[in-house]
Amino acid sequence: MSQYILRLARKRWRIRALRKRRELRPVVDRTHQIAADDILVFSTLRNERVRLPYFLKYYRGMGVSHFLFVDNDSDDGSREYLASQPDVSIWTTKHSYKRSRFGVDWLNWLQRKYAHGHWTLVVDPDEFFVYPFCDSRPLRALTDWLDASSIKSFSAMLLDMYPKGPFDLMPYREGQDPFEIAPYFDSGNYVIQRNRKYGNLWIQGGPRARMFFHDLPERAPALNKIPLVKWDRDYAYVSSTHMLLPRGLNLVYDEWGGEKASGCLLHAKFLDTFAAKAEEEMQRGQHYANSHEYRAYREGISTQPDLWCKWSEKYINWRQLEILGLMSKGNWA
Amino acid sequence: MTVGFVMLCHTALDRAAQVARHWASRDCPVVIHVDRRVKRSAYDGLKKALSDMSNIRFSGRHACEWGTWGIVGATQEASAIMLREFPGVRHVYLASGSCLPLRPVEELVAYLDERPRTDFIESVTTEDVGWTIGGLDVERFTLRFPFSWRKHRRLFDGYVRLQRRLHFRRRIPKGIVPHLGSQWWCLTRQTLSAILENPEREEIDRYFRRVWIPDESYFQTMVRQVSAHVESRSLTLSKFDFQGKPHIFYDDHLQLLRRSDCFVARKIWPHANKLYGAFLTPGGAAQTAAEPNPGKIDRLFAKAVERRTKGRSGLYMQSRHPNENWENGRTAMPYSVFEGFAELFENFETWLGKATGARVHGHLFAPGRVQFAGGETIYNGALCDSATMRDYNPTSFLTNLIWNTRGERQCFQFGPDDNQFLKYFMAGDPNAQISVISGGWSVPLFRSNSNFSDIRKEAARLQKIEAEFLAILRSPWVKARVRVWTLAEFVENPMEPLQTIVDEISPRAMRRLTEAPRLADLTGFGQFLQNLRNQGMQPVLMGDFPTGDDPRAPTQRRSRPYLVK
Repeated sequence: MSQYILRLARKRWRIRALRKRRELRPVVDRTHQIAADDILVFSTLRNERVRLPYFLKYYRGMGVSHFLFVDNDSDDGSREYLASQPDVSIWTTKHSYKRSRFGVDWLNWLQRKYAHGHWTLVVDPDEFFVYPFCDSRPLRALTDWLDASSIKSFSAMLLDMYPKGPFDLMPYREGQDPFEIAPYFDSGNYVIQRNRKYGNLWIQGGPRARMFFHDLPERAPALNKIPLVKWDRDYAYVSSTHMLLPRGLNLVYDEWGGEKASGCLLHAKFLDTFAAKAEEEMQRGQHYANSHEYRAYREGISTQPDLWCKWSEKYINWRQLEILGLMSKGNWA
Repeated sequence: MTVGFVMLCHTALDRAAQVARHWASRDCPVVIHVDRRVKRSAYDGLKKALSDMSNIRFSGRHACEWGTWGIVGATQEASAIMLREFPGVRHVYLASGSCLPLRPVEELVAYLDERPRTDFIESVTTEDVGWTIGGLDVERFTLRFPFSWRKHRRLFDGYVRLQRRLHFRRRIPKGIVPHLGSQWWCLTRQTLSAILENPEREEIDRYFRRVWIPDESYFQTMVRQVSAHVESRSLTLSKFDFQGKPHIFYDDHLQLLRRSDCFVARKIWPHANKLYGAFLTPGGAAQTAAEPNPGKIDRLFAKAVERRTKGRSGLYMQSRHPNENWENGRTAMPYSVFEGFAELFENFETWLGKATGARVHGHLFAPGRVQFAGGETIYNGALCDSATMRDYNPTSFLTNLIWNTRGERQCFQFGPDDNQFLKYFMAGDPNAQISVISGGWSVPLFRSNSNFSDIRKEAARLQKIEAEFLAILRSPWVKARVRVWTLAEFVENPMEPLQTIVDEISPRAMRRLTEAPRLADLTGFGQFLQNLRNQGMQPVLMGDFPTGDDPRAPTQRRSRPYLVK
């Protein structure tokens, strides 16, 4: 019965994506360049111009062949910059981010159309994917291994990175590695629950929960993400990249004591750009749960928060995250 | 005399060509078989790329679906070509298109020249193999497998079950003793030709066509009939994970592969440019003629499999979230829980810290605030002291704390006034050492300055909660190390139990306690309990305190110091 309901839900999200496709207007469509086994990145953005050069460089270096962006009405030159890149296709829209379920509908549509049979990585411009052996093996090594192991989806928990001191102490320069400024993270304060309906884990915690949500822990943002999927046109993301349908794709964790392979998404949210962003997002009211998150931040920010504490870990490499138990090699050796 | 290579290829033909050229140009003939399911154009490309080599042959193409006869058929045909066309070959080495030679081929030739009669083939009787996946070992030889395992898994499994239920058995031909082993072998001309020219080969082949995964059993079985000297191991380094899929080697395995001293490894990731570059360039490896020693690689992959199947105890994360009782250790390390101690002794926490060297927290699950050691507001792993956060998911809080502090023993106080959510969790955790002085909570009440009716109410509440906890600790399924004393018992003789607990926490210290914690003043405590009784409450957990006969605080500091050696 529940299977049947979930199938209907998946149909519904796919039809919704179909409907929302009308909101997208292509700016530059280079999708004809996509080759059969290319790895693709999908992303939505709004006014992220300063971050884009490093973002593209990071993922190109990893072996991503093509980027597909949805631009939500940027006015800082993001769209023009992306349109001039040789491996980018970009669509633009002025419609509501919130009513496209925070971009999920738009991307579901683009993925359905262009990603069938490809390994796809769905990330925001402030998310940087880290996986086991990422310093010595390209992303294709991982996807080949996943293919050989018949694994279709790969988990990467969102890891909030922050600087020491106020966010605006060191301004972020274009092209710079954001983790030079914000290299710290919380290593061991994450709480996990299982979502019985969709079968995914619900992870919360980290500096945001500790600083902004300590009185309302249930409202703290979800950190579980499944950004890397061997896409099929029948799949659909349900809520951001937190969960998918069919729900077998959400089973990225082992239930019998073992560890499956997993990675992390380093989240470069807390830079000097954050205050302006929080203010703007509050004005637009386009974020999750009535922008509760941003409201909490704004209240926190007015008192100059410092997320750093003496137990903060400084990021070194993926092996460090592995040892700390934030990600795992699984049986990939 | 030389060695000839039979290569079975189905993907990454450019890499296969590179390796074939490497061998052929060093005077080792190569016969290549390409899976029939590979596109014609790709096959022609390979043929053309190698057309300049005079000692490379291509054999007729078979479709090689995993687990079926095709691979054996291909091997037979290619081997026959090898023996027929290259009379100088004494050993035939079966390799795949994703194999990579790790040592110069001259070393392999020299190695084989020293052992001209030896057949290197892993060949184990079905009773002795421990590595078959899916429980099919001897049944590979006695059941029928008409359905594809890859495409029709359900039919495959269902048909196996049906045959088991009907006790169906194929007859194993006379003289055949089933053996299994790695598909990759190196056989002498004599042995190989004896297998291929066996007068009963047709009948034997007919039987093996219906055996499951014959490439792991055909030669492994037949070699036992004809060979005089079987060395049951493969010269090819090939490791399998827990699902029976081969582990893949990447650029970062370079040093590991170099030190393995194996002749050939599989399987190599086709884009591992550094590996192909390093091992296929002449003079890339200059080593002594060592015996193959895959020990390090064995350990690496064994650890990977263990991580995948057992995981790290006490770790809960995005890709490890075990069901209850499948945790393989609920928590990461041993820890100690003390109920009633901090109430009975005035300086228990500092004393315990000194006596054991462990980290001693206050009431971690106290209402209001998490009492981390030293009054910290934030602790290891950036755990914060907010009670709301802790109570949102107490299990995660405790497992996180124990995980974050691995290597340092954690002790904390617990009591009936604290959040009781974890009482079952801790009782069922073999890592927990739970010591309870039952009724200890009454000491602060006794010394408090509250109205007696409030004290009475509070005492009744706390007693009820502690009684529940004690009932759980007495359950048959408890895995924690549990010790319970009544307050009366403990006051009578505190040093012995304390010594036991401390010894258990730091077993290596093994020294006598020289200093006792300071016992709270209990003058009038018996009367206090009597007053509770008189008010209609029945204090039962403290044990027997006779009214008027106050327990004398054994202030050993004055009377008798504990023995110091």
